[in-house]
Amino acid sequence: MSKTKDILLEPIASNNPIALQILGICSALAVTTSMKVAFVMCLALTIVSAFANLFVSLIRHHIPNSIRIIVQMTIIASLVIMVDQVLKAVAYDISKQLSVFVGLIITNCIVMGRCEAFAMKNPPLSSFYDGIGNGLGYSVILMLLAFIRELFGAGKIWGVQVLPVSTEGGWYIANGMMLMPPSAFFLIGLFIWALRVWKTEQVEKPDFKITANSRKSEVV
Amino acid sequence: MANESVTKTFTVALTLCIVCAVVVSSAAVFLRPAQEANKLLDLKTNILASAGLLEEGVDVETQFEKISVKLVDMDTGRYTDAIDPATYDQRKASADPSLSVALSGDEDIAKIKRRANFSKVYVVENQQGLEKVILPIKGYGLWSTLYGFIALESDLKTVAGIGFYEHTETPGLGGEVDNPKWKASWIGKQAYNDEALVLEVLKGKVDPSRGGAESKIDGLAGATLTTKGVDNLVKYWLGDQGFKPFIENLKTGEA
Repeated sequence: MSKTKDILLEPIASNNPIALQILGICSALAVTTSMKVAFVMCLALTIVSAFANLFVSLIRHHIPNSIRIIVQMTIIASLVIMVDQVLKAVAYDISKQLSVFVGLIITNCIVMGRCEAFAMKNPPLSSFYDGIGNGLGYSVILMLLAFIRELFGAGKIWGVQVLPVSTEGGWYIANGMMLMPPSAFFLIGLFIWALRVWKTEQVEKPDFKITANSRKSEVV
Repeated sequence: MANESVTKTFTVALTLCIVCAVVVSSAAVFLRPAQEANKLLDLKTNILASAGLLEEGVDVETQFEKISVKLVDMDTGRYTDAIDPATYDQRKASADPSLSVALSGDEDIAKIKRRANFSKVYVVENQQGLEKVILPIKGYGLWSTLYGFIALESDLKTVAGIGFYEHTETPGLGGEVDNPKWKASWIGKQAYNDEALVLEVLKGKVDPSRGGAESKIDGLAGATLTTKGVDNLVKYWLGDQGFKPFIENLKTGEA
């Protein structure tokens, strides 16, 4: 039981797919201008990641090594198309805002990375949990990003105006950069920094070290 | 290892392909009706919203009943029944050489390259006759083509509303074409004076002390090119190349 819990919760802080594995950055920049849209994206990714892991793990003993990547891609792509179709049918507005990014879950490294690294070697149930866990790790970062970007970029939280913006007669001058992709880059950078201050074991070792100067006299 | 044999590889690949194909295609087939309905509903919502007719909480389909969709021949400016408007796909027609004309550089101020020969218009009628007419418009802004609607009051001069339902202008700058306050500033503006098209989107603010303010609209701050694009597309679609012949005909009752 505690193993399941570990698999589920570890990707949230100690092994976060975005902050530690640095995967799935592209969509984290693209869909985080509003919380609602980011939430649907998180849901879609978590579902795809969980089920892709499950199906890959179910047939892992039958996948020939030479075509394993293609097999994983086919499973992921089918799931993504399903999710996209369902979204178009039940949540048309949101699917319009997400546009190509649902389709791009196919190329999201988190899904593929977990299939290859975890599902190929582990039983179906724990693979399923691993997919959910990584989806949650991705979601935590995305929702944080979306919260900050929506609040400062548009003065809203979950679509509700909390800071009256100047373009509509309020006092808050919206920070337009927050709505542009680069701001998400800076924010992710700050998150990673904060996370590594908290969990120091995540700090990477430097590639090389400059040894202390052993020479006593001045260098000419 | 048996898994690595050629037969096994092919069997796995083939089975997987068939299973996935069946799953994906059945999802597409079963969900198609719902998707089509959503698309249509979205378009109808946008049409109603651009004319200021959209009421919250009332079924869009019921609201749309008072609107009749008609097809206009852009060359003659008269209604046509050459094609059923329900099946007519204007975007496809704009790309089809047999259903559209190429525009030369100086005609093409909205940068749309080709104009379809027929265009849908949405007419709202009440007991007294014409209430509003909603015209589809499109044109290039800064990054993309903006698609939208402009609505005219029954005098066919006064703007009743404008709205864009598809564009990818910069959020916060050109994306402010969606700003309700800016859209509201269009309402009541005079598109035509006695003979000519006078509607204009300025760069900067409208100065009410100078003449013609009733036909001028504030530009979007920080979005010069989007503003210019909107100005051009409105001038194109309300001008002689666009719906002006149709509007003239409508006024005299000859459409």
